[in-house]
Amino acid sequence: MTTIETTGRSVEEALENALRELGVSEDDVIVEVIEEPSRGFLGIIGSKDARIRVTLKKDKAEIAYEFLTGLLHRMNLRGIVESRAQGDTHLLTVNGDDLGVLIGRHGQTLKHLEFLTNVVASRGIGDIKRVFVDVAGYRKRKEKMLEDLARNAARKVQKTGKSAALRPMDARDRRIVHLALQKNTRVTTHSEGDEPFRRVIISPRRNEGGHSRQR
Amino acid sequence: MLRELVTFIAKSIVDNPEQVEVNEVEGERAVVFELRVAPEDMGKVIGKKGRVIHAVRALVQAAAAKEGKRATVEILEQPGLRL
Repeated sequence: MTTIETTGRSVEEALENALRELGVSEDDVIVEVIEEPSRGFLGIIGSKDARIRVTLKKDKAEIAYEFLTGLLHRMNLRGIVESRAQGDTHLLTVNGDDLGVLIGRHGQTLKHLEFLTNVVASRGIGDIKRVFVDVAGYRKRKEKMLEDLARNAARKVQKTGKSAALRPMDARDRRIVHLALQKNTRVTTHSEGDEPFRRVIISPRRNEGGHSRQR
Repeated sequence: MLRELVTFIAKSIVDNPEQVEVNEVEGERAVVFELRVAPEDMGKVIGKKGRVIHAVRALVQAAAAKEGKRATVEILEQPGLRL
């Protein structure tokens, strides 16, 4: 953690000095005023500069990592947190034994854990849009299951020529289904209904363009 | 141990970690953790539609269940604060 102390005739001036020294903007730091400036008597005798302590905020990924390791420790769990950048998102993977408690039924606890990690990380600086958390490969496995489910349903749609509705899913799971079938030229996907009952509908693609089969 | 967990999570969320206070009250069926934060941090620990406190409770409940206990977290208003 980088912390410096600076002075100036006013708090503003001291802050300007600090920001120049650190080469960052005001949004990137936490400012504590140690001493308010005083004019002194007639502005000459006993005047004092402002003194401030400026601390550089941590970046989002670092905060998320520290939050997760701190949580493991306080939950008496043994695990290793791995942190990896993925474009403008960041993936944190927790691996270890007996981590089921962090996953919960149908991954409910993991969802809460990921949400909280994002809340905490948002206090940091950096361009990361979102933090993803996986525990013991749960998300990966679930993703694979959803992709299989999507492909099986698509096959059925192709065979019968009728649309099929999948079970209600949250936005993230629906996205996995849409992506899994994006390249399938025989079917199209869209979502219908209101949360939390919104579901993906898989429909046969109308014959058109290059994919049309003439009779 | 659970109290430390509640304290750690709360301190990670708020702007004024030094004002976080957690009391442990043994209830009939569950341990209740009474959480006090600075008035300006109330919104932070509750979250939009209560999502943050909901997530905090879920984690604390999961940790408690692991030890065969039941636990919940209640946010207490600071004395003198009116919502």
